Amino acid sequence: MASQKTPSRGLVVALVLASASLMTLDATTDDGSAVDPVRQAVGEVFGPIEAGTTAVVRPISGVPEWFRGRDSMRDEIDDLEAENAELRAKVRTSGFDRNRLAEYDGLTAAAEDLGYALVPARVIGLGPSQSFSATVTIDAGSRAGLHPDMTVLNNDGLVGRILRVTRTTATVLLIVDADSTVGGRVGETMDLGFLSGQGETSDDAGLDLRLVDQSVVPARDATVVTWGSDGDAPYVAGVPIGRVAEVYSSLRDSSQRAAIEPFVDFAALDLVGVVVPSGSESDRAVIEADGSLGR
Amino acid sequence: MSTMRVLGATVALTVALVLQVSVFPHFAWHGVVPNLVLLVVVGAALVRGAEFAMVLGFIAGVLLDLAPPADHVAGRWALAVLVVGYVAGRVAPDVRASAGAVVATVAACSFLGTSVFALSGLVLRDPAVGIPDVLEVVAGAVVFDVLVTPLVLPLVMGLFRRLEPERAVAR
Repeated sequence: MASQKTPSRGLVVALVLASASLMTLDATTDDGSAVDPVRQAVGEVFGPIEAGTTAVVRPISGVPEWFRGRDSMRDEIDDLEAENAELRAKVRTSGFDRNRLAEYDGLTAAAEDLGYALVPARVIGLGPSQSFSATVTIDAGSRAGLHPDMTVLNNDGLVGRILRVTRTTATVLLIVDADSTVGGRVGETMDLGFLSGQGETSDDAGLDLRLVDQSVVPARDATVVTWGSDGDAPYVAGVPIGRVAEVYSSLRDSSQRAAIEPFVDFAALDLVGVVVPSGSESDRAVIEADGSLGR
Repeated sequence: MSTMRVLGATVALTVALVLQVSVFPHFAWHGVVPNLVLLVVVGAALVRGAEFAMVLGFIAGVLLDLAPPADHVAGRWALAVLVVGYVAGRVAPDVRASAGAVVATVAACSFLGTSVFALSGLVLRDPAVGIPDVLEVVAGAVVFDVLVTPLVLPLVMGLFRRLEPERAVAR
């Protein structure tokens, strides 16, 4: 029993204090936390390992997908091309766009915003629910031309935004994370609001929509799209987010809260696209707004 | 022997972390996956005692805090897993006898680890989640960890015994 000595009080105190100071260091500095360089370094090491592991596991976990995909690069590009075309078609036909064109009639610049260039990427790591945050790692990083605060989407709609990048990977905050807030608008009526996540990533994941104009009641099944941020960061405008599933009215403060069902299935997230400025430098083929492939 | 020990522990933690982040999400229940890193620390504690397990737990927790896609305040898993290492190490002399006791220790440690992590989140308001959600996740984590214990713990305990037979306690 010689090795089973109880730990010295000094060690216990030292380790607990180390944890506490780490938390203080990370929590108190608002932007540019002192822990970020370490996070970056750990990410540089673990990113490639996670990417490698996923590459090994994907053929097994993706057996049902085999029959249509076979995981070849060619198929991936075809899929993303179709995805891009579909997205643009969706955006053009939405009520949001019609209203917007009417509003900005004469401003020829309006249509240009709808073209995106996408960097394709795959999800290689998911944060566990035990960590109570909804984040994923994707296999594209600064070498692919990504940097923090870029929009991530897939063929169904908005996925999230990039929090930080390493050379080969990027960490994405999903819109269903409890800390995530997205500016959205109801496509049919152009009403503005804010969508916040509920921290749930499974099939019943949902978002809360609070409209700025509290007297408006959003219609059921109305589509909610992103409202767009200044300089297109972190969210570009016009990406579909979800549909209104339920509307709750609070009599006390006479406000409306709508439950939004996201278009994206966060439990089965794999292929995503990151919105980059057209003509960006990247280590892989970039899908331009017109569907062509650029470098 | 010391380099072997460090190398062995590092490899065990890395494999556990990568499996947990990249492989097990395919089998997740509501996003809950087995906390393999925590199981490695419990295994180490049962073989080597509290002091070693606390240091290993701290390192393992820091890795959980920093490796992508983690985004919470760093140090939260470090504290949680360090507490787990301490507790598992202290009860180690009593549980070595039977497999049932090992499973009970894992269940208790899983509950403790996830709870400490969740509580630190409530204190720091890092993500603001409700208590019912927390309890659901904690329960799911305990069930999952217990389910994979028969597969993982014998491996881990065997590894740590091998790495340093003279300091492990004979059965």
